[in-house]
Amino acid sequence: MDVREIFQRLEAKLGSVGLALAQPAAGDPSITVPAARLRDACRFLKSDPDLAFDYLRCVSGVDLKDRMESVYHLFSTQRSHGVVLKVVLDRGNPEVDSVEPVWKSANWFERESFDLLGIRYLGHSNLVRVMMPGDWVGHPLRKDYVEQEHYHGIPTTRPDPVGGEDA
Amino acid sequence: MLEPKAQPADGVLRINMGPQHPATHGVISFMVETDGEIMRKATPDVGFLHRGVEKMAEITSYPGFMPYTDRVDYLASMFANHGYAMAVERLLALEVPRKAQYLRVIADELNRIASHLVATGTMAMDLGAFTPFTHWIRERESINDFMELICGARLTYNYLRVGGVCADWPVGLTEKILLWLDHFEPIIDEFNRLITGNEIFINRLANVAVIPGAMAVDWALSGPNLRASGVPFDLRRCQPYSVYPELQFDLAVGTGSRGTVGDCYDRFWVRIVEMRESCRMLRQLLAGIPEGDFKAKVGRTIKVPAGEVYSAVESARGEIGYYLVADGTDRPVRVKIRTGSFTAVALVEPISRGLMLADLVAVIGSLDIVAPEIDR
Amino acid sequence: MSSDARVLTTRVDWLLNWGRWNSLWYLLFGTACCGIELMQTGGPRADVDRFGAVPRAVPRQSDLMIVAGAVTYKMAERVRLLYDQMPEPKYVIAMGSCANCGGLFTRSYSVVKGVDLVIPVDIYLPGCAPRPEALTDAILKIQKKIQSERWVAKRRPLLHGRA
Repeated sequence: MDVREIFQRLEAKLGSVGLALAQPAAGDPSITVPAARLRDACRFLKSDPDLAFDYLRCVSGVDLKDRMESVYHLFSTQRSHGVVLKVVLDRGNPEVDSVEPVWKSANWFERESFDLLGIRYLGHSNLVRVMMPGDWVGHPLRKDYVEQEHYHGIPTTRPDPVGGEDA
Repeated sequence: MLEPKAQPADGVLRINMGPQHPATHGVISFMVETDGEIMRKATPDVGFLHRGVEKMAEITSYPGFMPYTDRVDYLASMFANHGYAMAVERLLALEVPRKAQYLRVIADELNRIASHLVATGTMAMDLGAFTPFTHWIRERESINDFMELICGARLTYNYLRVGGVCADWPVGLTEKILLWLDHFEPIIDEFNRLITGNEIFINRLANVAVIPGAMAVDWALSGPNLRASGVPFDLRRCQPYSVYPELQFDLAVGTGSRGTVGDCYDRFWVRIVEMRESCRMLRQLLAGIPEGDFKAKVGRTIKVPAGEVYSAVESARGEIGYYLVADGTDRPVRVKIRTGSFTAVALVEPISRGLMLADLVAVIGSLDIVAPEIDR
Repeated sequence: MSSDARVLTTRVDWLLNWGRWNSLWYLLFGTACCGIELMQTGGPRADVDRFGAVPRAVPRQSDLMIVAGAVTYKMAERVRLLYDQMPEPKYVIAMGSCANCGGLFTRSYSVVKGVDLVIPVDIYLPGCAPRPEALTDAILKIQKKIQSERWVAKRRPLLHGRA
């Protein structure tokens, strides 16, 4: 099934408020879903027998300078088709519903997105840092992230022995 | 400094396994809550090898990021290279010459064998059988020699470039690899005689940590782990890329031959079968390397037009997927790397309830999780 | 001390050192890619066991720590803990660029820029990853370092003093 058909079915189920289909010249098409309807959209995409998106391949957070996005790559092992869902979030307070009730694999993907980008997933069972130490300050993958000077006494820079700028 | 914590007085022992531990396949830590020999649960604590590869992508240019992809899974680095090169080429709409495609897949399948050698060998070693691992390390040295002849490095290859590979196929290497394949396929039988049919080995693995197919799909397992649970899903078959549509190979799917479908033995057995299938594919590939360029003409700086792409390859450990966001400059905006071990390690906690402490080692080994893939 | 006594202590020193440099037991501590080359060095081809170096899983039983791979801030405290648990006399090889100075990940936010910011290092082994022959050479250099240590006549000051 191609992305236009999937979009039409999604529109028929959710209504077209906030839904958008992007089919750029280069790269993959994607469907933007409003943050408030994300869980409904995911439940529908998983349970509909023709769509049958049972495999959540990847959840990524992206920090574009003026907004943040949470991107979901879905796949269907039975129908061998895939779709990309996107949710646009406010960069100052990025929050969206967790899709862990729909696919269990979202658990760790969302934890990573929270850890590295600071996107909060509401309703997640265990939203704590997964990669960085528990007492790390800041979200490293953000574009405006500034590294701290020391971590538990270990300096985070090292003078360059050949006299260039410090690492 | 780390302070020891007092054990709560509820009779459950809380110990941690790792991060430095011979059986955790890298620096992963498991917080184990155990009541005698039976575990309540084992929670993975990862991030000890989080090197910030995805942030480095935003700092280095497109061609400069290729060595970083090697380090994402250093046991089978060609797959990570391949996924990244495919992602950039799709956005550039670049056609890769057929010879380069062949060379890429030959290197891929050699890496698959090398990775499964380590996976099955360390699994046997973790369960106490040290000898098969030394046999496998000896065979892996031969593959390292071939990779050194191909691209100059033994471990982290940086062989692929955007548009092809970095160097032409060396003269005489085809015959060397065919000779080695003739030597290696009977060695798989020798390995099976050594350990695969061993009564103790089977008892340690059969019916342990059964992952049913539906659970595997829900938790987004991929690669041999998913196929061992009975789901015949392989990206080389279901979303073929490169020259895989032209190759004959069978999928290795778990059948529960010694226990139940989706137990640890199935995950081990699927890897042994995949090694044989890789040998078969290598023979087909080596018989027909086409003439031509080994790299498309690409400029020194690569500016990728704005767009996003998700490109995935079937690695030895599962699916390595690259979600690449580009904005027209010469550096990516975001590269997200999705690996097979990341989703597999998430399964350790639900699976480990009720298992014995010694089974945890079998579970970690059979899922073939490695720290660099989880942490990147 | 008379010259005869000095010859005797030198022979005793040599004997003690000979026992120690021919049985350098290293801690199985591979963090990243260099850990695989460490494994291959212990394998059948570049066999480091012929020098008496066998891998130990526990720091209490090892006298050589080969930090193979990048060390992150999360791991750094554990590295210090493992190092403190090793009994004296102990030696450290920083294997690979990441352990020497941060290596490929010098600009990363989560990698310690060289393991010598955490523990004292004896031998720095460059490479990415260094070949098994290079690691063998590093172990041979540690052996050479051990040859000149003195035990009986003059108490060797702790090389790895408390930071």
